[in-house]
Amino acid sequence: MKKTLYGFLFIFAFILSGATQHPANASDVTKISIDYIARDFMLPPTLSNLDPFAADTGLQGAMLGIADSNTTGRFLDQDFKLRTIIIAEEEELADGLEKTGKLNGLIVTTLPAGDLTALSEMLDESAPEALVFNAGAADNSLRNAECIRNVLHTLPSWAMLSDALAQFALRKRWTEWLLLTGPDPDDRQFSSSLRQSAKKFGTKIVEDIEWDTNSDLRRNAHEEIPLLTNNSDYDLVAVTDRFGDFARYLPFNTFRPRPVIGSEGLQPVAWSRVVEQWGAAQLQSRFTEQAGRPMQAVDYAAWAAVRSIAEAAARTKSADPAVLRAYMLSDKFQLAAFKGRKMSFRDWNGQLRQPIPLVHSRAVVTTAPLDGFLHPVSEMDTLGFDRPLSKCEAFKK
Amino acid sequence: MMKRPALPFIFLLATACPALAGEIWVSNEKDNTLSVIDIESLEVIRTIETGERPRGIIFAKDHSVLYICASDSDTVQVMDPETGKILHNLPSGEDPEQFSLHPDNRLLYIANEDDAITTVVDTVTRKVVAQISVGIEPEGMAVSPDGKMAITTSETTNMAHWIDTETQEIFSNTLVDQRPRHAEFTSDGRRLWVSSEIGGTVTVFNTEDQSEAAKINFEIKGISADRVQPVGIRITQDGKRAFVALGPSNHVAVVNAETFEVEKYILVGRRVWHLEMTPDEKQLFTTNGVSGDVTVIDAENLKAVKSIKVGRFPWGAAYRP
Repeated sequence: MKKTLYGFLFIFAFILSGATQHPANASDVTKISIDYIARDFMLPPTLSNLDPFAADTGLQGAMLGIADSNTTGRFLDQDFKLRTIIIAEEEELADGLEKTGKLNGLIVTTLPAGDLTALSEMLDESAPEALVFNAGAADNSLRNAECIRNVLHTLPSWAMLSDALAQFALRKRWTEWLLLTGPDPDDRQFSSSLRQSAKKFGTKIVEDIEWDTNSDLRRNAHEEIPLLTNNSDYDLVAVTDRFGDFARYLPFNTFRPRPVIGSEGLQPVAWSRVVEQWGAAQLQSRFTEQAGRPMQAVDYAAWAAVRSIAEAAARTKSADPAVLRAYMLSDKFQLAAFKGRKMSFRDWNGQLRQPIPLVHSRAVVTTAPLDGFLHPVSEMDTLGFDRPLSKCEAFKK
Repeated sequence: MMKRPALPFIFLLATACPALAGEIWVSNEKDNTLSVIDIESLEVIRTIETGERPRGIIFAKDHSVLYICASDSDTVQVMDPETGKILHNLPSGEDPEQFSLHPDNRLLYIANEDDAITTVVDTVTRKVVAQISVGIEPEGMAVSPDGKMAITTSETTNMAHWIDTETQEIFSNTLVDQRPRHAEFTSDGRRLWVSSEIGGTVTVFNTEDQSEAAKINFEIKGISADRVQPVGIRITQDGKRAFVALGPSNHVAVVNAETFEVEKYILVGRRVWHLEMTPDEKQLFTTNGVSGDVTVIDAENLKAVKSIKVGRFPWGAAYRP
């Protein structure tokens, strides 16, 4: 069965984003309009339907960001607005955008990497000053060789997530990993990133296998999983399974009594409902009240994107994307975003540096960067692509 | 006469001779209790139950009652400190976090963290006098010594909101660094100190025109700059010295309040939040959220002298003679 995501959401979204507007009569109010662009997509079938994907993941985060920012904006005569653009699943991005008319100069997207690249190419022609925030694609390439000058990333890269796991595993001395990779292209990216992190932090992948079992694991996980995990010994099982198809059946079913990390068990995330320290409880409750569900990583990244725009606008008193971009990439910019450290953008590739909570379904286990992983500039730069190794050219000038 | 010293007896003595003794009351956010520390023996002498998630605590000017922000009970509780009994609740608005008592000993200014509102409550009539829309997650609350202005700081909006206490309206908003947590006036009312937890700074304002007088930065050897997170502030009566609690850096900064230079860092417990001083300004008490204890600092020699185990997540602290 296929589930389409956005469907009826269009009208709903417009009403809600309208509701966050302020009656701004005074002519000295600066209007700051942001476009939110997402692509509707069909979810692949999964064995269990316990955890449905929310159709409005990302959008709700951006909407909360607007609401939060308008509270500040009220005191600064700045009025933030969100326009929602959803591209249909089979539609070309260009066709989808044509219908909406001229894009705003500030854009938050949860588009996949291909669309993001296409969008930036379109903007190069029509609006070279436009500033795009990537809240949906974790692809390492976008932070490295294929980085794009006007795209900043508020979602952590796969590399930041896998480095966070590697730091934790190293701290625990769980240095021998069994890696199990799912079939989705994202699973391959995450696994590839885990291999690089293993190299970077000196852990070892003793077995590297691909998931290809077709059986219904709800019935026979206790037979299948031990067979798959009974070769060489390992300290942990790292699994990548973006859609939560099979990984949920690994814990307690492995041949050896070993912890599971990655897409199941201990997960590195930008955000999770279990994050509650550093005032996070307030953000969680605002979000749940608005969306009627917990905040996800992509919601958080979209929220952080809007808040970054608003923070830069408040400090520069400007709505000009070029001014905002320059400020965001300067050392003056800082964002308080409920993870215990001030966040800022890496000026060599536009990635928002941020702590990565390592969570299981009931609690935060710890937060990376872990103590002891030192860095001359920011400990957060021990996660992901650091300046000396960056292959990103577009941010050099 | 008495063979064994019974606690109630000591307690009676303590209240009878205020010059000799005193107490520091500490709210334990995750235990729903207060710990009462005797400032002479430096031991916890009482533990009292409260509403859910007690945070800000403050005594009436005559110390006859204690006001408690019971955040998750959405109320301000009024406690008889002698008996530990709750006398009544005050309407506080949702999720009260910190508050400040007007010099008139009557109006409480309360920051409602979940509601982006500052609520003004009359403690006599027990009625809400005003609600003022402020920024997101209001937290720091202060009333000027002359009672003419109140300050709310909002954590996500990153502002200090200046409220005229006559009209109960905001007359000015000033941006500060990320996540302002606490506001404190100097005793002469000329300056306002605001700590920014994530920004890592303290901004000092001239209250006359809300201009910035100074911005204080902190630097502790061996501790990464983004772990230095200022929260609580205490300024001595003579306006010469300030203490600033620096959160997860586990230090309290000693600042020259005239030159704004940091003179010393004192190591305390983990994630130090708020501070309270004895009236003679000889002792400073710090609440250490993560380690669940209170550090006692000799405020003359600037040395930590003892740590006292209290409940889980100690938050606020208030002195009582």
